Amino acid sequence: MSAPPSGELAIEALGLSRHFGALKAVDGLDLRVPKACIYGFLGPNGCGKSTTIRMLCGLLTPTAGTARVLGCQVPEDAEALRRKLGYMTQRFSLYEDLTVLENLNFLGSAYSLRGAELRKRIEAQLNRFDLTERADQICGTMSGGQRQRLALAAATLHEPELLFLDEPTSAVDPESRRDFWDHLFEMVDQGTTILVSTHFMDEAERCHRLAILNQGRLVADGVPDDLMQNVGATVVQIESEVSRTVRNVILELDEVWHVAQLGNRLHALVRPDLGDPVAMLEARIAGVDDGAQVQIINANLEDVFVMATEGAPDDG
Amino acid sequence: MMDSLRRIAAVAGKELRHLRRDELSRAMILGIPLVMTLLFGYAINHDVRHLPAAVVDQAETSGSRLLLAKIQASRVVDIVERFDSVDALEAALAQGRISVGIFVPADFERRVSRRDRSIAQLLIDGSDPVVQSVAKSLQLLPMIEGSGSSQQASTAGFELRVYYNPERRSPVFIVPGLTGVILNLTMVLFTAVAIVRERERGNMELLITTPIGGLELMIGKILPYMVIGYLQASVIMALGVWLFDVPIAGSLLDFAVGVGLFIIATLSLGLMISTFATNQFQAFQMTFMTFLPQMLLSGFMFPFEGMPIPAQWLAELFPLTHFLRIVRGIVLREADLLLLWQDVWPLIVFFLIFLTAATVRFQKRLD
Repeated sequence: MSAPPSGELAIEALGLSRHFGALKAVDGLDLRVPKACIYGFLGPNGCGKSTTIRMLCGLLTPTAGTARVLGCQVPEDAEALRRKLGYMTQRFSLYEDLTVLENLNFLGSAYSLRGAELRKRIEAQLNRFDLTERADQICGTMSGGQRQRLALAAATLHEPELLFLDEPTSAVDPESRRDFWDHLFEMVDQGTTILVSTHFMDEAERCHRLAILNQGRLVADGVPDDLMQNVGATVVQIESEVSRTVRNVILELDEVWHVAQLGNRLHALVRPDLGDPVAMLEARIAGVDDGAQVQIINANLEDVFVMATEGAPDDG
Repeated sequence: MMDSLRRIAAVAGKELRHLRRDELSRAMILGIPLVMTLLFGYAINHDVRHLPAAVVDQAETSGSRLLLAKIQASRVVDIVERFDSVDALEAALAQGRISVGIFVPADFERRVSRRDRSIAQLLIDGSDPVVQSVAKSLQLLPMIEGSGSSQQASTAGFELRVYYNPERRSPVFIVPGLTGVILNLTMVLFTAVAIVRERERGNMELLITTPIGGLELMIGKILPYMVIGYLQASVIMALGVWLFDVPIAGSLLDFAVGVGLFIIATLSLGLMISTFATNQFQAFQMTFMTFLPQMLLSGFMFPFEGMPIPAQWLAELFPLTHFLRIVRGIVLREADLLLLWQDVWPLIVFFLIFLTAATVRFQKRLD
């Protein structure tokens, strides 16, 4: 894996594991999350993202391993951490029968905010997340995007040092997602550390650092650009009118590990140690589609993800 | 400490807001005491009158006519028919045309003067226990002029063929107990769903990441319902006083303290249930599992002394049993809490046990 990042760590976990019966939801996870950055958890559903976040919040007791969060041991010192943590759950967890204002008031009071300070912060949050006009709306009647903004407003009302976001943008439209990320970067500028889980590649790419999880294991981590440059495969793009046929043909080659189709384009992950992968593929396609355009392109996160989760066939 | 109080206040305030939005809960607050008090009060106040009756008077003396006139005057029965034979009387009873048959034997006068045998016979449709109990009241009618209507004189009067001995109940006895029964149901229900609802609606994961502690959450959830409990007790007693002339003999302060202890005991029982239940339906089921035995064994429905000893021991483990003794003591017998101490301390113990169990069982973890 990549070298440990410089600077202070917000989270440091060693061999963190959580088993539910025979299921190893999280299995020997080592994590180093530097302060004041956005750290992404990328992985398919059920890969252990939520379980890891819950362990780091002190809500779940690890089966094995240790975790230090902001210098506190979890779950033992979890109570002392509460004020420093913000947690936006995957499912909307504010009260749907209360208004926006009532929810924020309750949470503010729960974090010992009161009086003018509480009012000031709530007003600021409403403003910041464009909820001022909705202050008296019952939460159950709000749209996905509005709920998500409220959930983030609530999770950051007490100005936590460390913010956990569990798939925060699953239920919102692309525009809301962009706005949402603007808010996150703004918070990071103010020194907040954010750990966000997602299964969207474009979101993962925005993170300062990224961990890719698969079946409870950490399969890759690092800066997204580094991960893409060191994908461990050559990425070849083939444009063809008969891409479906071409795909089946090139998959017969042992050197071609994985092919994804995007319309008329094929995205092939090929052994990195070949002299001229383009020539090899062109030779194979000859006779099937002579007009196909073959070229080497840069890897994207999807390729990193595929390589990390499926790996090279040689690996076993 | 101040922070802790503030967090408790935050939870209590939030709970009140839920209540304000939840129509069903709101309806429960006043609806259950109103409906149940009226139902119980009137059902039991409803002394049965005008039962259809038939007479076979074989004596036909002035004495027997006086007896029948008195029975008629009691308005308990309406003498609608006269027969010549007991057979006809029995046939009418079997047909259901009459509920009560009155048989005055030919030697009525001799029986009255000798007082060694029953002076007359009541034939009663025993299929309805209420009718039986009413017949028993007929038995108590003052029978003989100038006898000072003493009980002894009159009980020697009739012989009852169907024996049934219900407790003599009246709203005066029922309504104070009803505060206990209604509070027992509503209070436990309110808090039994309180924690489980947070879990079911997905609020729990957020709630346990806040600095709100287990005990703070429990107390915050009890406080608003205490107010509601007092409201309900007031409604029930007010109805009792206005509609059913229940006299409150003892001090209102003692009554309030007794009610308060019972309220917190039942609320914490509900919280404990809530930590066991995995969904609201289970919480409801568990609530009724605790409610029914209490209702049956506490002495509300059946006299405590009449129950088998093991049932009595079991009943001592119910908050309602002790509360009924307290509330009846205060309201009916003008007792004070000091005098009722042996039933006061169990309520305090119940409260502490239930609250501790609920707090210990409530973990700020998802494991």
